[in-house]
Amino acid sequence: VVPLSLSRLRPASQAVAVSSVNPLPKQVKIVEVGPRDGLQNEKLTVPTEVKLQFIDMLSETGLPVIEATSFVSPKWIPQMADQAEVTQGIRKRPGVVYPVLAPNLKGFQAAVKAGADEVAIFSTVSELFAMKNANCSVEESLQRAEEVTRAAKAAGVRVRGYVSCVLGCPYEGHVSPDKVAQMAKHIYAMGCYEISLGDTIGVGTPGSMRAMLDAVSKEVPVDRLAVHCHDTYGQALANILVALQMGVSVVDSSVAGLGGCPYAPGASGNVATEDLVYMLHGLGIHTGVDLQKVMDAGAFICRFLNRRTSSKVAQASCRL
Amino acid sequence: MGNVPAALKHCLSYEQLTRDYPWLAAWLQREKVRGAFIFPADSRNAITDLPKFVKIVEVGPRDGLQNEKEIVPTDVKIQFIDLLSKTGLPAIEATSFVSSKWVPQIAAGATEVAVFGSASETFSRKNINCSIEESMQRFEEVVRAAKELQIPVRGYVSCVLGCPYEGDIEPSKVTKVVKTLYGMGCYEISLGDTIGVGTPGSMARLLDSVKKEVPMSTLAVHCHDTYGQALANILVALQMGVSVVDSSVAGLGGCPYAKGASGNVSTEDVLYMLHGLGVETGVDLSKVMEAGDFICKALNRKTNSKVAQAKCRL
Repeated sequence: VVPLSLSRLRPASQAVAVSSVNPLPKQVKIVEVGPRDGLQNEKLTVPTEVKLQFIDMLSETGLPVIEATSFVSPKWIPQMADQAEVTQGIRKRPGVVYPVLAPNLKGFQAAVKAGADEVAIFSTVSELFAMKNANCSVEESLQRAEEVTRAAKAAGVRVRGYVSCVLGCPYEGHVSPDKVAQMAKHIYAMGCYEISLGDTIGVGTPGSMRAMLDAVSKEVPVDRLAVHCHDTYGQALANILVALQMGVSVVDSSVAGLGGCPYAPGASGNVATEDLVYMLHGLGIHTGVDLQKVMDAGAFICRFLNRRTSSKVAQASCRL
Repeated sequence: MGNVPAALKHCLSYEQLTRDYPWLAAWLQREKVRGAFIFPADSRNAITDLPKFVKIVEVGPRDGLQNEKEIVPTDVKIQFIDLLSKTGLPAIEATSFVSSKWVPQIAAGATEVAVFGSASETFSRKNINCSIEESMQRFEEVVRAAKELQIPVRGYVSCVLGCPYEGDIEPSKVTKVVKTLYGMGCYEISLGDTIGVGTPGSMARLLDSVKKEVPMSTLAVHCHDTYGQALANILVALQMGVSVVDSSVAGLGGCPYAKGASGNVSTEDVLYMLHGLGVETGVDLSKVMEAGDFICKALNRKTNSKVAQAKCRL
């Protein structure tokens, strides 16, 4: 069989220009959270060497930011017990940032000691979620965050801020967009260079995403915002699309859609990086990411974890 | 109603396709450099300025079951359709393929007839053994016969956002087929992203072309979720004025072109999105989940619906 010649493929075509009012971003920065958020929610504990090989593969894909680990107490999250070794062992690729989570001052100090060049702090508007997740009140969690950002400023280390449960809480249900806006404003003022808004249980839809971003963008410039969507109800890509239409240009995702949902057993969690990249490239948005290489990293980690990928693009490409 | 001719569902495996057409796998994955995509909206409100009501066309009993490996006994099928009819779904497809040879059988009780055209010449030849032009001629006979019996005809166009053989499909090709079907007398035309390769970018470009020739109100979108793009594609279609969406309960029906991959978008997931957007559908999501649960048990398979998997009651 004679293969079709490549000239059959259409050359780059003109963009559909109906109105110039709402162009999508030309470029989107993808923040890869697989090694941290992804692995954290996987049952099988992954040995340090495998984690490092995984991160090294991701470093080859063009992904500009790769969240490597979390300096949380190993008592809480055994998967992250090798936090220092992982941080020290990464073969850092020039131009790629490797943030780590620093839930408190002690974690921050350990992170810096291990050579971390960027840290992330967490916040939530839900009291119940704070209590169940971090064993403290919202007020206390903000105090811890403040200590970290102060120390980070002094050490010249950048801080990324997360707000969780922005479109719904597993305990409190509906979350007010204004509360989310106030929290985002607060941690932005603390010194976070970017605020990642997390739909932690994936219950959001394009409607609630729109309402939340409407409120938050009044308090924090939209180019400082990121969205962290979970695909538990299959809404992630649609929610991300709306966020892009509203000017957001930073999106968190997890290769192979690693990381289930701890609040809905058997359900999926993070949106898959492969599926996100497929959509962005189809929209003509530049990411700098090589989809094939991301699928390689996904296949590698899924083989080790002995699980199927959650990425539909990977499934369709027979990279199960 | 007539049996489905075997030639109509000639399917190749994805592996065979990529062997015959080595460029296919790479094409599907390469970054499509098309310059900045300008979303066709005049204001921010257009983002969630959607039709107040969206008609869901449930294709599970037809498109879904036909693409499942397990054969379902008739009484189970009837029970399945019965459960679906209690959900509020306004349209439940249980029609079969009809070719001109089977025209007399329309009189045997069909309430609606579907004709399947393709935007891709190669897909048309491989799937129904004739050119697009020839298929349109055959459909004309069917539509004429159906019109005489006052039976509505729904038109389908496959490969609207990409073809497993030809790759990219020019929107103008799709528009030509849609215009022909509309001119024949189809009351609605469902645009099918048969292999699920479309993205919101290609969907917007397609609709921009088609809307110049037929009213938006006659269009439906039939998105496959093979690459996870279905809901995003449906959202863009709604933003551009489409108000009819085909879906399949539990996401029944895999993709014959990508082994192990998913096919139809799940009705549950579509409903979840629409209801979250304040769009009315008249459909009870929990009852749809019951029907999905029933058929998945009968087929001994897991649901493809993420909403059903999450099983959370909010």
